[in-house]
Amino acid sequence: MPHQPTPSDLIDAVRGFLEDRALPELSGHSAFHARVAINALSIVLRELNLGRANDQAEQDRLAQLLGEQASLDDLRLLLVSRLESGAIDLMDPALLAHLTQTTMAHLAIDNPKYESYRRALNTD
Amino acid sequence: MDIAEKLDRAVGRHLGQAKLADLRQLTGGASQEIWSFTADIGQGAMPLILRRSPPGIDVSARDTAISLGQEAEIQRRAANAHVPVAHIRFILDPTDQLGEGYVMDFVAGETIARKILRDAAFAKIRPELAQQCGRILARLHQVPTAGLGLRPFGARDQLARYHAIYKGFGDPRPVFDWAFAWLGRHKSVERATPDEAASVLVHGDFRNGNLMIGPDGVRAVLDWELAHLGDGHEDMGWICVNSWRFGEIDHPVGGFGSREDMFKAYEAGGNGPVDPERVRFWETFGTLKWGIMCMTMTATHLSGAARSVERAVIGRRSSETEIDLLNLIAGPN
Repeated sequence: MPHQPTPSDLIDAVRGFLEDRALPELSGHSAFHARVAINALSIVLRELNLGRANDQAEQDRLAQLLGEQASLDDLRLLLVSRLESGAIDLMDPALLAHLTQTTMAHLAIDNPKYESYRRALNTD
Repeated sequence: MDIAEKLDRAVGRHLGQAKLADLRQLTGGASQEIWSFTADIGQGAMPLILRRSPPGIDVSARDTAISLGQEAEIQRRAANAHVPVAHIRFILDPTDQLGEGYVMDFVAGETIARKILRDAAFAKIRPELAQQCGRILARLHQVPTAGLGLRPFGARDQLARYHAIYKGFGDPRPVFDWAFAWLGRHKSVERATPDEAASVLVHGDFRNGNLMIGPDGVRAVLDWELAHLGDGHEDMGWICVNSWRFGEIDHPVGGFGSREDMFKAYEAGGNGPVDPERVRFWETFGTLKWGIMCMTMTATHLSGAARSVERAVIGRRSSETEIDLLNLIAGPN
C-alpha cells in the first residue's frame, strides 16, 4: 500500500468534499460557483489521467504529418505556419484526421459530455 | 444624495412624477450596472429598469463599441421599425448626476436559454421561435442608421481583430489557425464585408440568451452594446452557433428551430434573399469568435484583473468550438 496520496488522490478528495459536504450547504451564486469548481477539478483529474498520452500521440501524429522531428510545441508552430502559408491543403485528409483526433483528445479532458463530442464518438 | 434620491429626482424631472420604490441592483460589473425599481408615472407603480455606467467611469475605456446613449437611440429606432424591444423612457443627462445611461420599461419573461428550451411553459411557442427570429431580424436590418454614429465592422475587420487577439495569447490551437485560413479564403468574405452603402444595422449579439421570451414568443431583443454596421447575415449565423443550442444540436437556430424557417420568415419580411453559404460563413466565424472569447475570459482571470473560478474554467470550453469548427468546415453536413 502506498503511503503518499498522488495528485489525483488529493484532487479527488477535495472534489468529493465539495460535492458531498459543501455544495448541499450552499445556495444561489455560491452553489453555482461550487459546481463550476467541481467541474474544474474533474477536468484536472481527467488531464492527469490522459494528458501525457494525448501529448505523445499528438507529437507522433505531427511528426508523421509534417515529416519533421521536434518538440510538441515546435511541431504545433510548424503546422500553424504551414496552414498560414498555404503549404498544406486545408482539406488534406491526413490533416483533417490529425485535427479531429487532437480535438477529440481535448474534449475527452475538457468536456466529454458535449453533445457534438458524444455523437462523434458514436459514429467512429 | 444617494442613488435612490437622484433617480427619484431624475424620473420626476423626465416623466413628470416619480414616487420611486423597490430599488435594487440586478447586476453590476466594473463599468456597467442594471437596477430595477418601480415608479408611479401616472398609472400606479410601474416596473422600470435603469442601465448605466456610474459617474467617474471613463466610458471611452469600455471594451464595447457604443455608448449607452447610442444604445438607447438604436432601441428607439428599432421600436419604430416594430422590432420588439424594451420601451426607452428617457436618456440620462448631466443634470441627473447618475452617469451615462437610460431608463426603460421592465419586460417580464425568460432569458435563460435552458429554460426556454426545456420548460413546458414554452413548449407551444418553441416551434415558432425560429420564424419569429427571422421576422425580427428582417425588421432590425431595415432600421435607418443615418446619424447613429455606428462604425462599420465587416467580416475582414472582424477576422483581423479576433486573429490579433488569438495570436496575442501565444497559445496555438491549430484548429483555430485552420479555421482562420478557411474563413480568410472563403468566397463569401467579400460580400460579408459590405461597403457603407450596402451595410445594415447588425445587432451583434443576437442569440438565445439575449432574447426576452414569454409563452407568447419574443417580447424584447436585449443587449445592444455590440451593434454595428455590416452584413445582416452575421446575426443569422451567430444565433446558429452550436454554443447557443445548449445541447439541442439538431435545432440550429438557438436550439429551437430550423434555418429554413428563419430564412423564409426573413425573406417574407422583405429583406431577402438569404445567402445560406454566407450565413454558414458567419456561423463558422461566430464559432471561432466564441472560442477566442472563452480564451479571453480565462486571460482576464489569469491577469488578476477579475479573478473567478468561472472565468478560469471557461477557457476549456474553447475545445467545444474546435469540434464545431471541424463539423462546420469539413463535417458530415
